[in-house]
Amino acid sequence: MISGRTLAQGANCESKMSEDFFKAASSCYLSKEDYDLLGLSDGKNILLKNEFGKTVFSPRVDDGLRRGIVFIPMGPWANILIGPDTGGCGTPQFKGVEIDLEATNSPIQDIRELFGSIKRAEA
Amino acid sequence: MIVEDAICSFCGCLCDDINVEVEENKVKRVRHACRLGSSKIMGHERIRRPMVRKDGELKEVSYQQAYEQAAKILLAASKPLLYGWASTVCEAQKKGILLAEEVGGVLDSTATVCHGPSVIGIEEKGLPGATLGQVKNRADTIVFWGCNPAEAHPRHSLRYSSNACGRFTPEGRSAKKIIVVDVRETRTSKNADKLVIIQPGTDYEVISALRMLVAGKGDMVPEEVGGVAKSELASLSEMLLAAKFGAVFFGLGITHSRGRYKNIDNALSLVTDLNSHTKFVIMPMRGHYNVGGIGQALAWSSGYPMSVDFTRQAPYFNPGETAACDLLAKADTDAALIIAADPASNFPRTIVEELAKIPIIQIDPYENPTTLLADVVIPSAIAGVEAEGTAYRMDGLALRMRKLVNSSYPSDEEILDGILESVRSLRCSRSLQGGLKDDN
Repeated sequence: MISGRTLAQGANCESKMSEDFFKAASSCYLSKEDYDLLGLSDGKNILLKNEFGKTVFSPRVDDGLRRGIVFIPMGPWANILIGPDTGGCGTPQFKGVEIDLEATNSPIQDIRELFGSIKRAEA
Repeated sequence: MIVEDAICSFCGCLCDDINVEVEENKVKRVRHACRLGSSKIMGHERIRRPMVRKDGELKEVSYQQAYEQAAKILLAASKPLLYGWASTVCEAQKKGILLAEEVGGVLDSTATVCHGPSVIGIEEKGLPGATLGQVKNRADTIVFWGCNPAEAHPRHSLRYSSNACGRFTPEGRSAKKIIVVDVRETRTSKNADKLVIIQPGTDYEVISALRMLVAGKGDMVPEEVGGVAKSELASLSEMLLAAKFGAVFFGLGITHSRGRYKNIDNALSLVTDLNSHTKFVIMPMRGHYNVGGIGQALAWSSGYPMSVDFTRQAPYFNPGETAACDLLAKADTDAALIIAADPASNFPRTIVEELAKIPIIQIDPYENPTTLLADVVIPSAIAGVEAEGTAYRMDGLALRMRKLVNSSYPSDEEILDGILESVRSLRCSRSLQGGLKDDN
């Protein structure tokens, strides 16, 4: 999995609580072959998971991707799958992350649901 | 009224040809900007009033009350983290560095989750750089490695690189060779003469193979490197050597992948090697419009470009230890002031969970996931739109951002001044009380 900037994500990165940002950043792009192989054509969502976490995305075909690589716009959905290790240089590895994926009927969490589950300490 | 030649405050291109139509102190239309810049200048729904969290809910307070609460949090902490700074102007950054020194904290910028590895690589090797103007006027060969300016810096190609017409490049795109190296096809690669698709995480190996080929030691290169055939790499090496003036632009594709700063170190070495044969320059594609500025401001004040620890007697820099993600992952910070950034969205989730355990002060024009975790929220004017100041373009050129419209919100600099004053006055009253106790 690689994560990065897209035009739609960037144009809404200062309106993160908006529906437009939700649509832009909770999508997962994959090759047509992987899309078909996972049986995603009938409106299913896609569940991505690894040792760091799991979350549901809306699948989209990107013809520029090769089999075995998925692209997710940078943001809180993608970052559920990123580990904390910085390799001694301060920067987590946001790209080249191994993940498992499967089709699912589960819904995508919206941004408030995504953060509602985080336990906050009272100051 | 039309404000001509305004500077866009979205990305590191700092496009300075934007026309902004203002009516009754509101931005009505933005011309020449890309979708990213236009969205930034037009603006979004704002945070209306300062807020402090009480009984789990954010409650509106006055700015003075918010400053005082922020000061209390910073003074109660033994190692506060002051994070963000990339989407504000240098004048605010300078004030933030002063605040970090006064409260004894660590100041880190969003570079640490972005081009931080580039900054480290450049410290190791030096940067054979140029201005974007030089690239526009002279470059005949342009390499985009692990970057996709068509989506992240949409006007870069037209203003400065592949499609720009300059003094010695009057024919523009048709007389240039454009090379894209990436793990996928992108909108940028559609405009390339040569696209080299590599396997994810093999940038270091591919750069090493190119260095061997450039040095005339191709016989030592295996038949395939990073999923790319040797013949393909040899043809790429020939294209690089044929350049009269080459420019390499690189992005997070190589800083965020396996190898991180070593990838940059190797890319800088490749460009140094190429300079034994022809003229080549290299530049990181900086994302936020003034992420370069916080690097400059920190460097001229502390000697270090990011992740600076002011809790010791002298500034201390050791990314991997003093960077925001490392501090949070190791629970080595006990409060956070977040300005012009949204780490709740942009840090790995496990690190966001650590951030939520400490008190957070947020300074930002907009609500975002960090707001949901914050204890003090202070809305600010939008730097570069509602407040003037200095910003550094991706090539290190300092430009003056004008104020396009007036705002009732205080600027980042004014807010930091307010917090600084509250810190000083709280500290003064505490020391007076301590003195009175001693007298008794």
